[in-house]
Amino acid sequence: MNLELSEEHRLLQATVREFAAREIAPAAARLDREARYPAELIARAAALGLMGLMIPEQYGGAGMDGVANVIVQEELARASAGVQVIVSVNNSLVADPILRFGTEEQKRRYLPPLTEGRSLGCYCLTESSAGSDAMALETRAGLRGGEWVITGRKLFVTNGVEADLCIVYARSEDVPGARGLSAFLVEKSFPGIQVGKVEHKLGIRCSSTAEILLDDCRVPAENLLGRRGEGGKIALATLDGGRIGIAAQAIGLARAALEEATAYVSQRRLFGRALRDFQATQWALADMATRTDAARLLAYRAAWLRDRGERCTREAAVAKLIASETAMWATHRAVQLFGGYGYIQDYPLERYFRDAKITEIYEGTSEILRLVISRDVLGSKGTARP
Amino acid sequence: MNIIVCLKQVPDTEAPIRIRPDGTGIDETGLNLVMNYYDEHATEAALRLREQFGGTVTAVAVGPERAREALRQALAMGADEAALLRDPQLDGADHLQVARALAAFITPRTPDVVICGKLSTDDNAAVVGPALAEVLDLPQATAIARLEVDPNRARATVHRELEGAVEVLEVPLPALFTVERSLNEPRYPSLPGIMKAKRKEIAVMDLAALGLSPEEVGSPGAVLERLTSPPGRTAGVQVNGAEPEAAVEAIITFLSERAKVL
Repeated sequence: MNLELSEEHRLLQATVREFAAREIAPAAARLDREARYPAELIARAAALGLMGLMIPEQYGGAGMDGVANVIVQEELARASAGVQVIVSVNNSLVADPILRFGTEEQKRRYLPPLTEGRSLGCYCLTESSAGSDAMALETRAGLRGGEWVITGRKLFVTNGVEADLCIVYARSEDVPGARGLSAFLVEKSFPGIQVGKVEHKLGIRCSSTAEILLDDCRVPAENLLGRRGEGGKIALATLDGGRIGIAAQAIGLARAALEEATAYVSQRRLFGRALRDFQATQWALADMATRTDAARLLAYRAAWLRDRGERCTREAAVAKLIASETAMWATHRAVQLFGGYGYIQDYPLERYFRDAKITEIYEGTSEILRLVISRDVLGSKGTARP
Repeated sequence: MNIIVCLKQVPDTEAPIRIRPDGTGIDETGLNLVMNYYDEHATEAALRLREQFGGTVTAVAVGPERAREALRQALAMGADEAALLRDPQLDGADHLQVARALAAFITPRTPDVVICGKLSTDDNAAVVGPALAEVLDLPQATAIARLEVDPNRARATVHRELEGAVEVLEVPLPALFTVERSLNEPRYPSLPGIMKAKRKEIAVMDLAALGLSPEEVGSPGAVLERLTSPPGRTAGVQVNGAEPEAAVEAIITFLSERAKVL
């Protein structure tokens, strides 16, 4: 057992921490207020290698492991959860499944632009009546004249407005459930795909969330990702990685709340004492630190398992569940420590609080994660994997 | 162009410093150690010269095993090679001994330019750079804020920021420069750069490998006797509730008799 980060992990952490503090953090409040896509920051992130960090060098990526991804996503989210989710989706939900399931030709065509920041990706799974019950989705794909023709409406697509490449999950087989689904690489420039309604959100406001409309969208046969009927498997395998990225996002938010609260209680005085001298404050900070630590170690564990090529569905769910609930709880607690200052936009606490909520919802709600975990617990007669 | 950049690993300037109980040094437990900020600017300057003229950048540090991390950062930023000069005789070395060890490494490599940070933020001595230039018998310019090398690489024009003036010097190459932080904006190590750096070997050389005898390094001229913490801050004096005239009187009395600044 070795819990020490490697030399390159530490160098990576120091680099991204400085990048996030100097380039992202000063812009974060304004990006949130204006709900504006940070194109210039994403370009700089791409120049550093953050848009394809787990993609091998031969496809233009940095060739790092999943633990490195957790480190990077935490540091980015510490500065801005909105900026971070743009990066995380590109890495975990788009580049990763192309690497794992794509043909050599697909990897050569799509990965270098995604990793170099010339193209942005999005993941189109959710529909109006298929969110937590994703495998019930109704978008249809049929072969016509040697091409796939896809029709349907995808909802809540992160990066939907700016993305150039969409991984679209659709029902290609006349079979209900996961076995009827296939995944497709759909370029925004293909005929029949367009952006629909753009959502106004509580948090992560600088990342776009949009409806993607497919109306007889024609997709070349060679843009099928994986095999026919493999879409459900690809969607779920992809979500294991995505959930680790969202866990890291939540950890970044919890840490942000802890660090800001620690600084604030040291200078805030009341009843003739520093706020930090009250035991209620000390216990709140202790609990925030404890839960954040636990969440981080669980995220590292899930990433480490995935790096070894092992199944990590349960561990990824555990990490995201504890991390997202920690982020919600810790930001809530930190707002309370700040009092009125926690509620106004002059301080970042209210933003962290708003940003945290989504981590309990997307890429598997807390309820779905409990379902995933409990199925595994019951299936393995309650024994946890060592 | 053959460029050598000298580095040091130091405690993060934001890290709280604890002195060991026996006063022999600082307690490094849990201390965040980083590349000296001035050396990041030195590395950036070296990389820009290579981008302009081609050639190689070699990073070198004197220090314990952990100093590898600073060298790894230089490699990740883009340096071609790195070497750690490590020897028991260099533990507790003074600035002149460090300069002699660096010179033994640098001399056979016949550099066009040697670049150091203006100072290291741990002891703020600003001695190793100038001492190294002396040992190497190279011309030097310290604390430069601008560096231009002419196209035929025969000389450099440098700016030194003085109190209220800028001094412009022309320096024949090869030469040694120590750099100010205003010289440039250091690049971040890129992720592919970090991965490439991971695969590079950091040469470790002791005094024998450098061809230096213990006598040539000498004994330290300056020996650390002990470190003590600066005195803690005492509470200030408040003048409350007095009439303005009386308050002024009290403050003047304080400044002249207690603070002794009047």
